[in-house]
Amino acid sequence: MESQTHLLTWMTFFPLIGAVLVLITPSRAKTFIKQLAFVFTLPSLALGVQMLRLYDPAAGLQFVERVSWISYFNIEYYIGADGLSVPMLFLTVLLCPICILASWGINDRVKGYFALFLLLETGMLGVFSALDFFLFYVFWELMLLPMYFLIGIWGGPRREYAAIKFFLYTLFGSVFLLIAMIVIYLNTGGSFDLVALREQIASSPLGSAARVQWWLFLGMYVAFAIKIPAFPFHTWLPDAHVEAPTAISVILAGILLKMGTYGILRIAYPLFPEMAQQFALFIAIIALINIVYGALCAMAQTDLKKLVAYSSISHMGYVMLGMAALTPEGMNGAVLQMFNHGTITAMLFLLVGVIYDRAHHRNIDGFGGLAKNLPIYSGFTCLAFFASLGLPGLSGFISEALVFLGAFPVFMVITIIGLSGIVITAAYILWTYQRVFLGPLNEKYAELPDCSIREQVMLYPLAFIVILLGVFPHLILQIFQPTMMQLIEIVTKG
Amino acid sequence: MHLLEILSWLILALPLAAFAVQMAVGARLPRYGDFISIGAISLSLVFCLLVFFRVIVLEYSPDYVFAVSYPWFSGGSIEFRWGFYIDNVTAFMLVVVGVVSTLVHIYSVGYMHGEENYHRFFAYLGLFSFSMFLLVLCDNLFTLYIAWELVGVSSYLLIGFYYTKHSAANACIKAFLTTRVGDVFMFLGILLLVLYTGQLAYHDVFNAVAHGEISGTVLTIAIVCLFGGAVGKSAQFPLHVWLPDAMEGPTPVSALIHAATMVAAGVYMVGRMFPMFSQSAEAMLVIAYIGLITAFFAATIAITQNDIKRVLAYSTISQLGYMVTALGVGAYTAGLYHLMTHAFFKALLFLCSGSVIHAAHTQDMREMGGLRKKMPITFATMLIGTLAIAGVPFFSGFGSKDAIMAGALAFGSEHGAHMTIFIGLFVAAGMTAFYMFRLIFMTFYGESRNQHSYDHAHESPASMTVPLLILAVLSIAGGFGLYGGLWFNHLVVPPALQEAAHAAAEHGGEHGGAHGEAWIHYGAMGLSIFVAALGIFLSWVVYGVKWISAEKTAAAIRPIYQLSFNKYYVDEFYQKIVIAFVLWIRKVLAAFDRIVIDGIVNLTAPLMRGGATFSGGFDHYVVDGVLNLGALIVQAAGSVSVMLQNGVIQSYILKAAIAAAVILVVHQYIQFWL
Repeated sequence: MESQTHLLTWMTFFPLIGAVLVLITPSRAKTFIKQLAFVFTLPSLALGVQMLRLYDPAAGLQFVERVSWISYFNIEYYIGADGLSVPMLFLTVLLCPICILASWGINDRVKGYFALFLLLETGMLGVFSALDFFLFYVFWELMLLPMYFLIGIWGGPRREYAAIKFFLYTLFGSVFLLIAMIVIYLNTGGSFDLVALREQIASSPLGSAARVQWWLFLGMYVAFAIKIPAFPFHTWLPDAHVEAPTAISVILAGILLKMGTYGILRIAYPLFPEMAQQFALFIAIIALINIVYGALCAMAQTDLKKLVAYSSISHMGYVMLGMAALTPEGMNGAVLQMFNHGTITAMLFLLVGVIYDRAHHRNIDGFGGLAKNLPIYSGFTCLAFFASLGLPGLSGFISEALVFLGAFPVFMVITIIGLSGIVITAAYILWTYQRVFLGPLNEKYAELPDCSIREQVMLYPLAFIVILLGVFPHLILQIFQPTMMQLIEIVTKG
Repeated sequence: MHLLEILSWLILALPLAAFAVQMAVGARLPRYGDFISIGAISLSLVFCLLVFFRVIVLEYSPDYVFAVSYPWFSGGSIEFRWGFYIDNVTAFMLVVVGVVSTLVHIYSVGYMHGEENYHRFFAYLGLFSFSMFLLVLCDNLFTLYIAWELVGVSSYLLIGFYYTKHSAANACIKAFLTTRVGDVFMFLGILLLVLYTGQLAYHDVFNAVAHGEISGTVLTIAIVCLFGGAVGKSAQFPLHVWLPDAMEGPTPVSALIHAATMVAAGVYMVGRMFPMFSQSAEAMLVIAYIGLITAFFAATIAITQNDIKRVLAYSTISQLGYMVTALGVGAYTAGLYHLMTHAFFKALLFLCSGSVIHAAHTQDMREMGGLRKKMPITFATMLIGTLAIAGVPFFSGFGSKDAIMAGALAFGSEHGAHMTIFIGLFVAAGMTAFYMFRLIFMTFYGESRNQHSYDHAHESPASMTVPLLILAVLSIAGGFGLYGGLWFNHLVVPPALQEAAHAAAEHGGEHGGAHGEAWIHYGAMGLSIFVAALGIFLSWVVYGVKWISAEKTAAAIRPIYQLSFNKYYVDEFYQKIVIAFVLWIRKVLAAFDRIVIDGIVNLTAPLMRGGATFSGGFDHYVVDGVLNLGALIVQAAGSVSVMLQNGVIQSYILKAAIAAAVILVVHQYIQFWL
């Protein structure tokens, strides 16, 4: 079904128009630039809502647009959305306006920042909607550049180290992706069509070359694992987070990490179903390491932002565990966890940013008793923390429970050990909450102002979604469930 | 809609609504909105009583079940539903929870008067009541787990209510984490059951178990895992450590959490799962012995504590051990009956202790004494509670404890090796009478040991004493369940009569009530009375007339005294071994992460630098060139706009952009409307 309205295209490129407008605005008009950037994220959000309304879960790929782009290489502008991409696209268009609000305090080189940010949004939306491998790769790289500059220019004291580390790491991964893409292209008679590639590979010489497939899958895995980030490729994340400005941390944890797991589910799994099964145990073990190791490392952190960063590593482990299981509950839980982690961790980073703006440090032991004079702030934090530790009634619980339910029949021992993550997570989160918010008030911070209206506007929608999906998870589950069932069928049949 | 369905909805909705209202606007309401919370919970109580009336009185039948369930969401292969499962046990538990919650709400008006965040306290109470009702009403394992955790979090919030105090902040985190360890086991149990039966609803799971879809060792493991949840919530050994610390919460919370509700949740769960639990004799034995160990050791600790609330906390642990043992030996009715009687008399005791603390401004019994003249109502009601817990005839605890003892004796007489259970409970019963009267003598008798606080002591206001009186009546009246009309036996009949009762009977089961053999019943009763009297007498000798000096005795058996006084060093074990290990391993892993993993990454830097020299040139000439070109273009564009640069133009662009956006979106919508 070809889309007549070009919904996805508009959604993807509207921020780019904003970026251009920002660029031609004089740099002195700082507030205007911010307003402009904010306004230009809204149409995409509106279109995202429209997409959610129109998307028919039973109908498979929708909003498809397909035109030839570089016909010599058979490269197409081929985009569309299925159940896997719809939640990710929505997450992106939801978080971007919030992040613009979170960037209101940026006063240095405003023009560049907001232009790059809008460019980043286009890149991310492109990644989630591309159905042409080459197009996917272009967006994948397109997103990398603004991210590098946003961390490297507007980051903290060690921003250059962090930015380069992030850049090199991702580039390193991209090389493997590029190689895999080219090998596939050459072996399938020149196809980048992600939808058709599975059958094209099966009928090509590649289809029977298990060893080559193994290497290709491994290459893709490394490329995507770096983004997740899966152990042992995760050390760029804490550095990048600590240095990145708040909004960029939100994007990083909320959306960029999901591209790793998205890539595996979108490309690696369907293209090489047999390898998906072969690698399942390996991915599950890595997932377990992420869960437990990430949680224990989080417990050791003294920097609030680093703690949240490690908690992301731990929580992305659930996604990997779910998708390694290849069971309905596992897969659904994994995608649900991708979305839920996106909202919860976004809240967490926004909250870290709020306190950093006021106290100018993030040392967990340097606060104390903040609940007394920051009731709104501590309320939001309490909610986000409880969501993060998987409290029932909030969204994170459903996805974690589904992942465990899905993984248990397949990886019994791994799941049992992984369950310890529940306790460790509760331990470091509550311990952190205690050190920052409970106990006698640290007199140094007796005069801190509570959340401003702008900050509440950023936090309320996320809090609402976290509660809503905790009580009515099917609102989003039903969107991707058919797609995931189809994917399981593809992989387990292969 | 069935009446019970409507009532269940209302029972749940009211406290939840009160919670939401209090959180949102409580601070701005007159009286901080406490009347909203009290109104909501009182209505819930009325509806609980209606359910009770309907189920127990109007439509009474030993195996009455009303079940309704609603679709919730699909996990792919598992359909998640939620719903209500109402049988006689549900009905009686609803009343227990409703009564205690309502009384605690009312009591809190006086006790918490003038506290900062008064409205928040009532909000948390509402959340707690909601979670507890959900736990009682729900019809499947998944919802049970949800309610289970929600109960945990509301208790976290309540224990940590005085969060500016370090001890309270520590206590709430300890409670949450300790119980969560149990919860993980419970979740594992659920995973096992789902794996083997594919079911979540109680009824379906029980059927699947009855049909042998899961059996043998796996079933035993699943049951023991599920029971792990009860070990956490009901403060059984070895996860009991959180409960004494939880006394850092306000006293109404101690009464609410430590009497009827949260701690009884584990016992209720075991009772609810009884048709399945009773299918594994091994698991039942584990449960019985865990209960016994808990009952016995907690009693020995309670003897030496000086903090009035701690004595009560350890006595709670001990009594919970009784209930769990009862269920373990198959004395199902007795266990649940004790849950009810204990709920009333322990809530009473806690609220009395709150009244004492409120008046004396200390929790240390060594600072009290002679208070009976100052606060007669508190004294009289607390004495009733004490007589009840000590197992004196005509008070509620007597009947239920006696039934448990009879159950244990029956079990022991059938399985000679397990007579230990009965003996252990028997000795513990004596200790219970002893330490409870120690509390009474130290607090209310003798001379005042702190004149200052004695002078300021006074009887508490009516909002505090009225709940005491109501609970005192219940602590007496509750006892007529077994030897009055024997109604409790009819009310709570072992569930799933066919298979389960069969299995239970096979290994010793239901001898607790009137159906037991006569010698067991009267033997247990005689021994109970004897041991209670002995305990009270000894307590009188030591603390009443002081013929024997407590200090000298303690010195004579110093090592044992130290062991008991320091609670067998279980806390120290966790602190020095378990927590220390976790704290150590996190440091090791964090160092590993930083030094080894990141070290390897950084090692590649020199390699990169080589490449960088090459790419640097590329960068300088090619990439920068392109960027500079871009900059030039931008500059050019910029200088165009400089000409237009004034506020009007800026807002014009903004408006234009908004307009474009609106048009685009409208266009999109119209496309689909047409």
